[in-house]
Amino acid sequence: MRELSLNVLDIVQNSVSAGASLIEIGVTESAGSVMTIRISDNGCGMDAQQLQAVSDPFYTTRTTRKVGMGIPLYRMAAEQTGGGLEIESQKGVGTCVTATFHTDSIDCAPLGDMAATMCVLIGANEAVDFVYTHTTPGGAFTVDTRNLRELMQGVPLSEPDVLNWIRDYIREQTEIIGGGALNFEND
Amino acid sequence: MKASELAQKLGWKPACGDGENEVTGCYCGDLLSWVMAKAPAGSVWLTVMGNVNCVAVASLRDLACVVITEGAPLDEAALVRAAQQGVTIYTTDRSTYDCAVAVSGMIE
Repeated sequence: MRELSLNVLDIVQNSVSAGASLIEIGVTESAGSVMTIRISDNGCGMDAQQLQAVSDPFYTTRTTRKVGMGIPLYRMAAEQTGGGLEIESQKGVGTCVTATFHTDSIDCAPLGDMAATMCVLIGANEAVDFVYTHTTPGGAFTVDTRNLRELMQGVPLSEPDVLNWIRDYIREQTEIIGGGALNFEND
Repeated sequence: MKASELAQKLGWKPACGDGENEVTGCYCGDLLSWVMAKAPAGSVWLTVMGNVNCVAVASLRDLACVVITEGAPLDEAALVRAAQQGVTIYTTDRSTYDCAVAVSGMIE
C-alpha cells in the first residue's frame, strides 16, 4: 500500500473481527531510522496452526473469497525495508502484531495519516476502545478512548465534532514530537 | 489471443501454467495492493514482484497470466503456489515498458 497507515487500518480490522474490546496501537520511531508499529488486542486469538497460516495469502477466515492479503502485504511492506513482522497470539487471550521498518530504506512507505486512520477506526467501532501511542526521540503522546469517553460523559466518540477534535489533536501532538511521514495531501 | 501464443511470439520463457487463458488487456504495476484494486480480469500483468503474494493477486483478479519482467527473480514458493492455483507465469529479461509496447501491438 502507498502508506503504512492503510496497512494498519487493514490489520486493526482483523482485531475488530476477532471480537476485541481493547486495541492498542503503538508507533515508535527511534533515532536510528527504525520504526516499530505494534498492534495488540484482547480478541479471540489464534492457535498455533492459524498463526502459522496467516502469512500465507491463500489462507483467510473470509468465506466470500479464497485470498486474504492483509498480513502478507503488511509483512512485505516491512521486509522490503530490511525489517520484519512478528505475530504472537494465544487462543482466548489476544494477538500482538509487531512490524519493524527501516525508515532509511528507499522502499519504506511513508507512515501516512495516522490521525485519519485512528478517526476511521474510532468512528466505526463505538464498542471498541483504542489506545494510540506515538513515541519519537522528541517525546510521546497517548490517546486513550476510555479517558475520552469519561470526559465526554455519554456523547458518542463517533460524533463528527468529536472525531475532528481527535484528528486535530493527534496531528498537533505528532508535529510537537516530530513524528515522521505526515502526509495530508489528500485532505 | 491465448497467453501461450502471446508468450511464444514475444519470447517470454514459460515458468508455470498452460497459458490457455485468453488475453484481453495488459496491466503494469508493482504495488500489489494497487494492482489488486485496479487490474482488469483477463490482463497480462507485467511486474517485477515474483513472490507468492503476486500469485495471490493474479488468482484473485483472474488475470490471464503474470510476466516477471526485467530479469527479476521468481521465488520457488511462488512457483509452487502458482502450480497449485493454475496461475500461468512467464519470465523475461526485457523491460516492463518494452513488454507493454509489444503487447499493445499484438492484442489490438
